[in-house]
Amino acid sequence: MNDFLFYIIVALVKIVIIANMILITVSYLVYFERKISAWTQNRVGPNRVGYLGLLQPFADVLKLLLKEDIVPKVANKFIHSMAPFIALFVAFTTYAVIPFGPSITLWGKEIPLMMADVNIGILYVLALTSIGVYAITFAGWSSGSKYSLLGGIRSSAQMISYEISMGFSIAGVLIFSQSLRPMEIVIAQHGWMWNAVLQPVGFLTFVVAAFAETNRLPFDLPEAEPELVGGYHTEYSSMKFAAFFLAEYANMIIGSAMIVTLYLGGWQFPYVETFGFSPAVTIGLQVGAFFVKMGALLFFFIWVRWSIPRFRYDQLMNIGWKVMFPLSLLNLIWAAILAMIMK
Amino acid sequence: MSGTVPKKRLKDLSFWQKIYVPEIIKGLSQTLKQMFQPSFTMEYPEVKFDPPASYRGRPVLVQEENGIERCVACGLCSRVCPALAIEVQAGETEREKERYPEKFEINMLRCIFCGLCEEVCPEEAIVMSKDYEIVFTNRADALYGKDKLLTPIAKLQDRINFLRQYKG
Ligand code: SF4
Ligand code: SF4
Repeated sequence: MNDFLFYIIVALVKIVIIANMILITVSYLVYFERKISAWTQNRVGPNRVGYLGLLQPFADVLKLLLKEDIVPKVANKFIHSMAPFIALFVAFTTYAVIPFGPSITLWGKEIPLMMADVNIGILYVLALTSIGVYAITFAGWSSGSKYSLLGGIRSSAQMISYEISMGFSIAGVLIFSQSLRPMEIVIAQHGWMWNAVLQPVGFLTFVVAAFAETNRLPFDLPEAEPELVGGYHTEYSSMKFAAFFLAEYANMIIGSAMIVTLYLGGWQFPYVETFGFSPAVTIGLQVGAFFVKMGALLFFFIWVRWSIPRFRYDQLMNIGWKVMFPLSLLNLIWAAILAMIMK
Repeated sequence: MSGTVPKKRLKDLSFWQKIYVPEIIKGLSQTLKQMFQPSFTMEYPEVKFDPPASYRGRPVLVQEENGIERCVACGLCSRVCPALAIEVQAGETEREKERYPEKFEINMLRCIFCGLCEEVCPEEAIVMSKDYEIVFTNRADALYGKDKLLTPIAKLQDRINFLRQYKG
């Protein structure tokens, strides 16, 4: 019984920490998006609210909260208000299975540094991200606006095309880890045995698919401003819009966390055991390594957004089916051969 | 002629361009380079733009050193103003020029900063200043009378020199 209580408390503490971490990261991600875009365009970026504009995200949220919530007359009210929360739900629950550190031992009990150490973690992520498509499709369909509808349709077509190459790239990773448990995938990448090093092609296809899954430029066709006004969230305002906004950035964090977990060795800090630090410091370094890798990837996401123009829709489909799909298949074969040789 | 120039099409991309990745890396490095360049932003309320002499800001009346306006209330500016922003009422004085504007009003809600008033004025009495901070909170305040329009000539020398050089 005591054990049970202990694990519940631990789980609650972990949930509170992780949820807050996500929210804060998201707000500063928005801030850094604006700052980095400013830097690439030789501007200054937000610098008025608070020191260096650091309070800007909070001012933005406050502004959105105070806005009027407009629902179009022809919208399907129920689905229209449900869609943003599906998006948020998916964005936040996916974190549950991402390990950000090795297991630690507290009071004689082993606690993995992740919310839930499920043995089908990767499947769980894939399933949830596919539900995420519903949020966008519902939002597009229920708004009763042609721009939104087009955005929603584009999004579902895009997700279907890219989920395939994503799945095949992940299969390459699973060959090495022999497990769907994220913790084991990370442990399988000890030292420099990072999957990004072993299967660079798979890494590339997965990163591209992750960009497509998170609807980030150059794959942000569902919300292509010049063609679709705002795409699926054209008819959203106030907090519902904020929910989509939040979900997009939360998805970016998941995307990079997934890339780190699957390809960049997760929390592994190569050869940290040989430095001879105390176990606590080692764990600290490993958790730090995870966040540094994730931060670098987030920077990469933003950097790409401000460098590469959007694809045309047919190009997007061409790349998805004719390039990414065969490449991920090739990678799967390569991974299989490599695994056989290394055995 | 222009129709006969063959369009240059980049259909024959090289292999490296076709596989796309090197080109992306090129683009990324370009933006990365830009991140470390100084920014061009002028942070407005603290740093103010100092316009060149050719800048057309708020039209003002020239006030000579002795405190008298140059305007002789001929009404040409009012006549030429495409936005019908100027109202002039003439009065008589004992001074050499005999006429002066009793009332001179520019409706800043109407003015479109075209500079035609300045161009038409025979006395070089109305010129465009460098003032671009034009703020009012109600319609009545938008009517700029002589008190706001009269500006010492010293402040406008820049523009007057410019006009002498290029006008006409
Ligand atoms: S400003 Fe010039 S054009 Fe206008 S009334 Fe006076 S003298 Fe005439
Ligand atoms: S600048 Fe043009 S619009 Fe303005 S007062 Fe002069 S003539 Fe009228």
